[in-house]
Amino acid sequence: MTPEMVERLSELARQVQGYIYPNEIEIHWSILIVVYPYLTGLVAGAFILASLVKVFNLKEVQPTYRLSLLTALAFLLIAPLPLLLHLGHPERSYEVLITPNPRSAMAMFGFVYAWYLMAVLLLEIWFTYRRDLILYARGERGLMRWVHRVLALFSNDVSPEAIAFDQKAVKVITIIGIPSAFLLHGYVGFIFGSIKANPWWSSVLMPIVFLFSAIVSGIALVILLYMVILPFRGEPIDMKCLDKMASFLFYAVIVDFSLEFLDFIHRLYESEESIKIISQLVLNKLIISLLVMQVLLGMIAPLALMVAIKLLDLNHELRKLLYFLSVLLIQLGIFSTRWNVVIGGQMFSKSLAGLTTYKMELVGIEGLLTSIALLILPFLVLAVLLKILPPWETPERVALESTATG
Amino acid sequence: MNRRLFLQRIVSLLLTLGLPVGLFTKKPAAAAVKNGKSGAKPFYGMGIDIDKCIGCAKCMEACKAENDVPKEPFFFRTWVERYVIKHDGSVSIQSIGTATNPSSETVVEKDILRSFFVPKLCNQCANPPCVQVCPVGATFQTEDGVVLVDDIRCIGCRYCIQACPYGARYLHPEKQTADKCTFCYHRISKGLLPACVEVCPTQARVFGDVNSVASPLTRLKRMNKIHVLKPYLNTEPKVYYANLDGEVK
Repeated sequence: MTPEMVERLSELARQVQGYIYPNEIEIHWSILIVVYPYLTGLVAGAFILASLVKVFNLKEVQPTYRLSLLTALAFLLIAPLPLLLHLGHPERSYEVLITPNPRSAMAMFGFVYAWYLMAVLLLEIWFTYRRDLILYARGERGLMRWVHRVLALFSNDVSPEAIAFDQKAVKVITIIGIPSAFLLHGYVGFIFGSIKANPWWSSVLMPIVFLFSAIVSGIALVILLYMVILPFRGEPIDMKCLDKMASFLFYAVIVDFSLEFLDFIHRLYESEESIKIISQLVLNKLIISLLVMQVLLGMIAPLALMVAIKLLDLNHELRKLLYFLSVLLIQLGIFSTRWNVVIGGQMFSKSLAGLTTYKMELVGIEGLLTSIALLILPFLVLAVLLKILPPWETPERVALESTATG
Repeated sequence: MNRRLFLQRIVSLLLTLGLPVGLFTKKPAAAAVKNGKSGAKPFYGMGIDIDKCIGCAKCMEACKAENDVPKEPFFFRTWVERYVIKHDGSVSIQSIGTATNPSSETVVEKDILRSFFVPKLCNQCANPPCVQVCPVGATFQTEDGVVLVDDIRCIGCRYCIQACPYGARYLHPEKQTADKCTFCYHRISKGLLPACVEVCPTQARVFGDVNSVASPLTRLKRMNKIHVLKPYLNTEPKVYYANLDGEVK
């Protein structure tokens, strides 16, 4: 053991309140494990938004369909990274895939992840983009031509029958995709919710709360991206599309808020053995991150803003500003939600008699800087994806379409 | 439906049914303690008599020396808690000799209603949540009922540490794998006693086969009222406490 580690643990030990078991001084799941469910939540939410467009044929939200899919992919590609970095032995991580314990919720991660990536997201994106990839490749030279040809898997058929098949395939995959997205994030909730040793986590509502908070964060992220990317491209924001997405967001926030409120009331009313330590936890350790950031800033404030937008007849600019503010606050709120679940759940002792502290590192693998990097990385991946697979009608595509059909 | 389609459907059906079945299968060891069957192999457990423990912490020292537990006071395979219950009903708990309690709190004698020591260690549960959650099966239950960690296979995800209701596990700072009490498996498999049992000056700890009629453990269980920690979690601990106080968490 290094002297720094001894010093760090001694410092934490001095801050213990009440009685904790001697092995509980240090929190075992750090900020990286906060980032992981946050990222997967964004994946599931963005995908569910995309699915709404296809399944219910919502014309208004159509402009964000492809953007949502690419967002989901970009975040899904990065989502396992925080887990990998957190492992004591990342070089052994393949064991989860080759010798999984079928009784372990965590062991199923590899399979749920692989299913979602391979059978849902990549397939849906491929069928959505196949025709465009072929058209792009036809009009290009050099490297990009090859990139698009390889991505199209060298298919070359843009006949109306082939396009019709693509559309049918997308519809089928979407229908499989919705329960898969529910599974992806519901299962992350189950990883926490099934730990009977921890009364803060052990709740049957956990997967459902995770799911709805995922939908909230995913829709909010796509709105945010839509509002940032379009002005950059010099295109006008489609207010109908924005209003419709915001309206989905509004209902999702209400459901999420109700579920979390139900969880809170249920705990308080049942008042089980753990209620004393949980009250201490909330009032001592989570007052800022739970009451202020998650509930007040992350839920009540954006709800109030969205109600104001619905009730008042505001002009476009003001509406956009308020939407923008709401989705930023919602991201803050959902990140705090993940923090409160993961870190909050480890700050009290399983003896239910004391509290410990989490001191985040700045540098180092499990530090703040790594986490920020992991939160930025999906946006970089998304930028590359947007370059290769533009989700909007490019002038080149329009020209190609007319030549292909003409 | 052609034959190929039929076979495909059969395979997918088996896959869908097969995974959930794995979730509900019970390990043979857990079944053994329930049925009280004594097979060829023993099924180990430990008994602790609270009234005999004097809080000397010899067990903690012996454990650290025997099992290469890091010397620093943040990692323990076993520890001893001191409970002081006062007249006003308040309870003061300390783990003697650990970092969380560097100096003992002094309590005026007349305020004390009752006081006692509680040795703690891995409960070697017959229905262990740590084994259930380990994604790679690095934590497993032996046929003789001991829960062990294979440190060559452990990936250091720490899910088992979260799942243990007793705080018995820690992440070994050098090995970066989960670690906990093994009942001194290297000793008991040679017929020796666990180090903590061996050094206990008052025989507060006894060790033996749960299903044997003649082990010191069975004697303890016959002569005393027995309780286990957190029985409501259905982990079926195999560390049995005699004279355990209801305040013990």
